[in-house]
Amino acid sequence: MSRLPSKEQSLAAEKRRKTILSVVLACVCIIYVLPVLSVVINSFKLNTFVKTDTFALPTGDMWAGFNNFIKGMTFGNYPFVKSVLFSLLITVVSTFLILLFTSMAAWYIARVNSLFCKIFYFLCVFSMVVPFQMVMYPLSKTADSLHLNTPWTIPIVYLGFGAGLAIFMFVGFVKSIPISIEEAASIDGCGPIKTYFQVVLPMLRPTMISVGILEIMWVWNDYLLPYLVLDINEYRTIPIHIQYLKGSYGTVDLGATMALILLSIIPVIVFYLICQKYIIKGVAAGAVKG
Amino acid sequence: MEKRKPKLKIFKNPIRRWGWLFLGPMAAAFIIGFVWPFIQGIYLSMCQFKTISNAKFIGFSNYVKAITDPSFLHSFWYTALFAIVSLVLINVLAFTVAYFLTQGIKGSNLFRTVFFMPNLIGGIVLGYIWSMIFDGILTHFGTSILMDSTFGFWGLIILMCWQQVGYMMIIYIAGLQAVPEDILEAAKIDGATKTQTLFRVIIPNVMPSITICTFLSLTNGFKLFDQNLALTGGQPFIIQPDGSSIKTTEMLALNIFNTFYGSNSASSGQAQAKAVLFFILVASIGLIQLGITRKREVQQ
Repeated sequence: MSRLPSKEQSLAAEKRRKTILSVVLACVCIIYVLPVLSVVINSFKLNTFVKTDTFALPTGDMWAGFNNFIKGMTFGNYPFVKSVLFSLLITVVSTFLILLFTSMAAWYIARVNSLFCKIFYFLCVFSMVVPFQMVMYPLSKTADSLHLNTPWTIPIVYLGFGAGLAIFMFVGFVKSIPISIEEAASIDGCGPIKTYFQVVLPMLRPTMISVGILEIMWVWNDYLLPYLVLDINEYRTIPIHIQYLKGSYGTVDLGATMALILLSIIPVIVFYLICQKYIIKGVAAGAVKG
Repeated sequence: MEKRKPKLKIFKNPIRRWGWLFLGPMAAAFIIGFVWPFIQGIYLSMCQFKTISNAKFIGFSNYVKAITDPSFLHSFWYTALFAIVSLVLINVLAFTVAYFLTQGIKGSNLFRTVFFMPNLIGGIVLGYIWSMIFDGILTHFGTSILMDSTFGFWGLIILMCWQQVGYMMIIYIAGLQAVPEDILEAAKIDGATKTQTLFRVIIPNVMPSITICTFLSLTNGFKLFDQNLALTGGQPFIIQPDGSSIKTTEMLALNIFNTFYGSNSASSGQAQAKAVLFFILVASIGLIQLGITRKREVQQ
């Protein structure tokens, strides 16, 4: 009998502890989103007040309305919309190419497994530990001489340099699929192409999503590769555009810069909130394997 | 097994015939995007050149120049210090958050969502957001993040923690959720306190996650570029007696970039040599990690 109240007590203590923990974490969360909130606040503020009253709400004299956004559109002598479109184009095409071609190659490597395949696979895994600085100079020159220096062709460079992780994840997954399904298909008269697209590809879906998410996050935010490969005066992606705002002027209109930063992170956050489940799963899968 | 072999053959041969289609595009891009530049990079590190076409082989003198370059040495020690400090802070914070989030408290999912969010924002954009915030604070003290290398260092640490804690937290949560329920139950029945359970039961069981996160944050620290460029860009500079300058908050990747594309166009060979050394450094960290992970897998 004497034990019962103590159990109840400990349960109550446990509950209280959890509530306190929730409150503490909620506070940390609020602090965590403050940087993003400060971008929102400052994008509506007049330039001169951004530096002096960074954390004040844009009221009264400080209020700039949507002028920062309008000004930001042509800021840096380059239309911001164009940067967004180029970023979108490069990300979509690169991700598509990577998903299609690396999964095809991975299936071939996993199923044929000849000496050539093994060497190729080893090289792909090796490329994962090579930092970009190692190849950036020769790579940008090679891309130049092969005319891969436009937003329409730069996905080929992404396919080449970003193949490692994708091949690694796809090969790992294909090896876990029982081969008998494909054998059955081939006995039923399915050629390799039909087998791949109608039998293997649908089974690769979960890995496709993980790899796709990782590649989208990488390509969309990548700064150095497009900066070195593309002709900057003609083609800019969002990171290049933002970097140029600070780089090319002595005094920057901070309000307009914040407006552009806000515009560039809104689609990312929307994408994150929609695909959250897949993103977190994809990141966990990529990290554990990589 | 006897039966399987002939089956495999009729299955394998048609695939081989289509090998050019399955492997071809990938292999071509891989050679353009990685293999050829990599080989060229190693060759160029032993050459003097302004453009690739006029490269002249000069042996290892680029490497000698690289390791005697004070700015390179400075950036190496600076990067190493940064990588270790950020490694410790990020992992301690990420593990703490992950531990609390797996206690079954209310709002765990919402907290997880918020903590992970900064990972989706690119390094350049993050750098500008934080440079605005730091300057917004420091301007009241009449200084700026670009004026003191101490601010630059801790500013970058704060930025990296803000970005990476959420990422590592995801890995730790996966590890913590995989700790078998019955072990925790057994510890409870044996009368272990919360702290004892944490250090004696939970932490040894999430060692694989700890290894992954440790190495991930270490290589991330060493390879850091975008955030470094956007937050301080290496400022403040110290002018050396011989006219060259040391960029006090410049990390390795940025140092290599500046050597390539800075004002001195004759230093490309030296920059490529630095890049090779950088590659060896990062790759050896990766290989050590691989070794440790393999060993663990055998033990289990």
